[in-house]
Amino acid sequence: MLIKRTERQARRSALTQALPGQSEASLDRRSFLRRSGLVAGGLAALGTLPLASVRKAEAGPPPKPGAAVTIRKNICTHCSVGCTVVAEVSDGVWIGQEPGWDSPINRGSHCAKGASVRELVHGDRRLKYPMKLVNGQWTKISWDTAISEIGDKMQAIREKSGPDSVYWLGSAKFSNEGSYLFRKFAAYWGTNNVDHQARICHSTTVAGVANTWGYGAMTNSYNDIRNSKTLMIMGGNPAEAHPVSLQHLLEGKELQRANFIVIDPRMSRTAAHATEYVRVRPGTHIPTIYGMLWHIFRNGWEDKQFIEQRVYGMDDVRKEVERWNPKEVERVTGLPEAQVRRVAETFAKQKPSCLIWAMGQTQFSVGTANVRASCILLLATGNVGGFGNGANIFRGHCNVQGATDLGLDIVTLPLYYGLTEGAWKHWCRVWETDYDWMASRFPTRTVNGKPVKMMETAGIPSTRWFDATLLPQKQVQQQDNVKAMIVFGHGGNTVTRMPEAARGIEKLDLLVVGDPHPTTWAVLGERKDNTYLLPICTQFECSGSRTASNRSLQWGEQIVKPIFESKNDYDVMYLLASKLGFADRMFKNIKVENGAVSSEDILREINRGGWSTGYCGQSPERLKAHMKNQEKFDLVTLRAPKDVPEVGGDYYGLPWPCWGTPELRHPGTHTLYNTNLHVMDGGSTFRARFGVEREEKLSDGTTRKVSLLANGSYSLGSEIRDGYPQFTYGVLKKLGWDKELTEAERATIERVGGKNADGVSWSIDLSGGIQRVAMAHGCIHYGNGKARANAWNLPDPVPVHREPIYTPRPDLVATYPTRPNAVEFRVPNVGFDVQKTAVDKGIAKQFPLINTSGRLVEYEGGGEETRSNKWLAELQQDMFIELNPADAAERGIRDGAFVLVSGPEMPAGRVCRMKALVTERVGRGVTWCPFHFAGWFMNVDQRSKYPSGADPIVLGESVNTVTTYGFDPVTGMQEPKATLCQVRAA
Amino acid sequence: MARMKFLCDADRCIECNACVTACKNEHEVPWGINRRRVVTINDGKPGERSVTMACMHCTDAPCAAVCPVNCFYTTADAVVLHSKDLCIGCGYCFYACPFGAPQYPRVGNFGSRGKMDKCTFCAGGPEADNTEAEFVKYGTNRLAEGKLPLCAEMCSTKSLLAGDGEIIAQIYRERVVKRGYGSGAWGWRTAYRETIAT
Repeated sequence: MLIKRTERQARRSALTQALPGQSEASLDRRSFLRRSGLVAGGLAALGTLPLASVRKAEAGPPPKPGAAVTIRKNICTHCSVGCTVVAEVSDGVWIGQEPGWDSPINRGSHCAKGASVRELVHGDRRLKYPMKLVNGQWTKISWDTAISEIGDKMQAIREKSGPDSVYWLGSAKFSNEGSYLFRKFAAYWGTNNVDHQARICHSTTVAGVANTWGYGAMTNSYNDIRNSKTLMIMGGNPAEAHPVSLQHLLEGKELQRANFIVIDPRMSRTAAHATEYVRVRPGTHIPTIYGMLWHIFRNGWEDKQFIEQRVYGMDDVRKEVERWNPKEVERVTGLPEAQVRRVAETFAKQKPSCLIWAMGQTQFSVGTANVRASCILLLATGNVGGFGNGANIFRGHCNVQGATDLGLDIVTLPLYYGLTEGAWKHWCRVWETDYDWMASRFPTRTVNGKPVKMMETAGIPSTRWFDATLLPQKQVQQQDNVKAMIVFGHGGNTVTRMPEAARGIEKLDLLVVGDPHPTTWAVLGERKDNTYLLPICTQFECSGSRTASNRSLQWGEQIVKPIFESKNDYDVMYLLASKLGFADRMFKNIKVENGAVSSEDILREINRGGWSTGYCGQSPERLKAHMKNQEKFDLVTLRAPKDVPEVGGDYYGLPWPCWGTPELRHPGTHTLYNTNLHVMDGGSTFRARFGVEREEKLSDGTTRKVSLLANGSYSLGSEIRDGYPQFTYGVLKKLGWDKELTEAERATIERVGGKNADGVSWSIDLSGGIQRVAMAHGCIHYGNGKARANAWNLPDPVPVHREPIYTPRPDLVATYPTRPNAVEFRVPNVGFDVQKTAVDKGIAKQFPLINTSGRLVEYEGGGEETRSNKWLAELQQDMFIELNPADAAERGIRDGAFVLVSGPEMPAGRVCRMKALVTERVGRGVTWCPFHFAGWFMNVDQRSKYPSGADPIVLGESVNTVTTYGFDPVTGMQEPKATLCQVRAA
Repeated sequence: MARMKFLCDADRCIECNACVTACKNEHEVPWGINRRRVVTINDGKPGERSVTMACMHCTDAPCAAVCPVNCFYTTADAVVLHSKDLCIGCGYCFYACPFGAPQYPRVGNFGSRGKMDKCTFCAGGPEADNTEAEFVKYGTNRLAEGKLPLCAEMCSTKSLLAGDGEIIAQIYRERVVKRGYGSGAWGWRTAYRETIAT
């Protein structure tokens, strides 16, 4: 037993020792300044700096005596929660991070990644200057040389193979302005082959959710989850992927004594806090939902009034649900009846209930159908459009929501306008670019004797770029194969089938990587030349806005200047556009001074064109005012009191849609489709996006017309007390409301519409007048429609279960096969053949373990950036695979030992080497891997292939070397969440 | 005078390691030294719980009791600090500490230990506050600036609380009453020889 020295007197504090005569332990700012030698310089600086920006008594490496310290605010560049980062800067160096207490989103908190972001701009392992491969050796070059050579090579490819042979892979780590500019760049180059990480993240969510009720985004917010009585997380592990969101989830759980249900194949760190954990087999989301709906419909727990007023096609769902009786549900999912019933009853009765999901629903060959099933559960129980309920879709990267919104996507121009002629004309009007010139940038193909405008044809998804490189030219539905990849801010290890990707990389004529780090692209495959690395700075080194998962926009200010020779995204795009000869057109309304592009001007241009999604009201001035007044916003409602200057009445970050012009001062929309609020308070209805009525075929061969407009439901204060279609100039005239338009608004509408001014809708009216007038009457200009339980334009209008391509249950494939082969997005999708072959060959016997993947809290995405951060890398030094103790014992594998993992599509005899983590976290027959690792490829260390000094600290095998074929028919989403593998001891 | 304590609410901790990297960032702690770490019990099983762990700044600190050179001292805020000038790297404190807090940089090839390093409750060391000399040895001194340890200030779920023991105990007590469960203030009996009654 140790001797306790209770009698020992506490010594005087360090402070009082240092400062005899001072009162104990308290230190005011003045005495700190005196002591630290700051008086002369520090107080002198007070004269020129606003008081609040002067460092008081601050932490971090002490600033040089006399140096002033300024505080700058930006947003964390990792996940989509959108935590405010408060940086202390002295002499151009970021010397410390302080908690951002005022942000209602994170209230000072961070996770491991957010608490370590300062390292990113110290950047020991950053790419320092432009480089190119010369006969397999990385060689330093100048920016001028890089841009000139890249531009010439792109032009050569364009002349030989057409613009579609250059693929533009952008990033969810761009700011909104960067995303928009990159999309715009692709348009001026003349291709729709432009994509980003949303493809492999929530593309299926966007498609499925938008096709249900109008917009494909999180309906509520992290903060609003505090109002939930039941939280159900299906296919997400926010404790690791969105740690700061858990602050809201856990506090909500505590304050409401809420049910916290986690349905997941893995007993995740989130599940550790669940009131009920349900372990399912990967790839059985739809049977699980239908199993719940079976009990809900049978017991009458559905919200009948809600369905009657606001939902179309629920009866079609009932028919499909009938087959999912408890016995069939248990046969397919393994879930016992009692548990399914209990969860269903809780979710339906203890309202408000919200459903939270992430990649555990989306990354499947049935991803779109999965999220549709989730929406249907919410609709059936009346859990959309209120506080504390809704589809809380947790997006991945810091700006994947914004990058998706701004059209970094193969199927649309910015803000979901699509690729139709009308969409192009709208944006050409905004850009003040001649439509005919724009059209001349794109090729036209002849298919079956008919011309096909590539301008209006969806591009190739990022999951398939290497197929577009490797497949015979005839199988790729464009002029030529993909010959060049221009990759900005995008890992090379996040897409499935990496052995194929490596072959694809080798076949490219040109590879350009613009990133703070070399990324996997730089080392995968054996390239000798025509490969360029451009050092791009992080968002901390430039300014711009980013959209968090809850649709709030937050403005980040530049913390320090780009380090080393790196440049920001905007300036590099300007250089490249100048080289390619369209900078004058592209930057017509965007100020460029000495090569520095104004991010504010880009946002203003977005405002001028972003009517469809309500990106029109968030001017840079308003966003900056929000960052300045963060403390004014309420934690739960996210709203500032009406009498507060600058931001009064606004929701934090003006969550889109924020309608009308900035001058209209719409507050943004905290909860979508919420009829309990007036539209000018952020209220709305389901969007009337799918027409006014639909002709249904009946079983006796006759047809009937069914209304798609809401039935007796409307938002608070609406003058039209029923469903109504979307507003056009013509509709305004019919209602007699057109007289309320100003002369300027009317002139703009008539200019936009030309001869058909009556047809000008709220989304292409560049004046915002139609929106303003409709909202003045309490109406939402996009119409008041029903949400669709039956989305007839999708491959499976009502979701049906389909087994994963590589299923561990070949016995179920006959009943639940994947969809037939088809050509989708310019390339063939032969999932049906692959599934059939796998069953015929008995793949499930050779590879008996299910493989699924997910996130670690320390790393993000492809992981190059975070694995290069010494504070994070230290915490996770090895790639690993989680194995159930029973599976490990069968194979003689010990915890912590090296194992060899192989997948059904890997080259024969090749294996991936990683460590085993033997744990009951995964069920028997299931393995789990983090997806952040790269730099080992099929048991070969690639470290020597990185440019010297820019290799990440931690390298490891990528799980996507093991993952396999499988694509969602609606979006081209990959299927890494349910595949097969085999593991043996090394 | 405030009696500074740490309190980890194990029902809130999600092992996000924010506390760990916040500490690394704030004090520029080198690779291999972990002033704070998160420990998980029942990993992957129902009942899994995590707690973040660092020097608890014990009442009657056992490290101080065993130190042969008397390098430890307790500040008026009851923060247990030590002098690296006096420390001889003997490692006794490591064996005495019930929380595994003391850390040693490896300075030679034969397992020889350097000066002990541990959590300072963001209160620096014996050198004058917020000087370069203090920063190099002990990291920043937030307490002297009227701020609390950054690990707790940045905790993702407000699981880790740091501050006056009376106040953080009250916060915890209110939480437990409101939510109806609590697993006790982890480590308090060992460190402070008291528990929080609710």
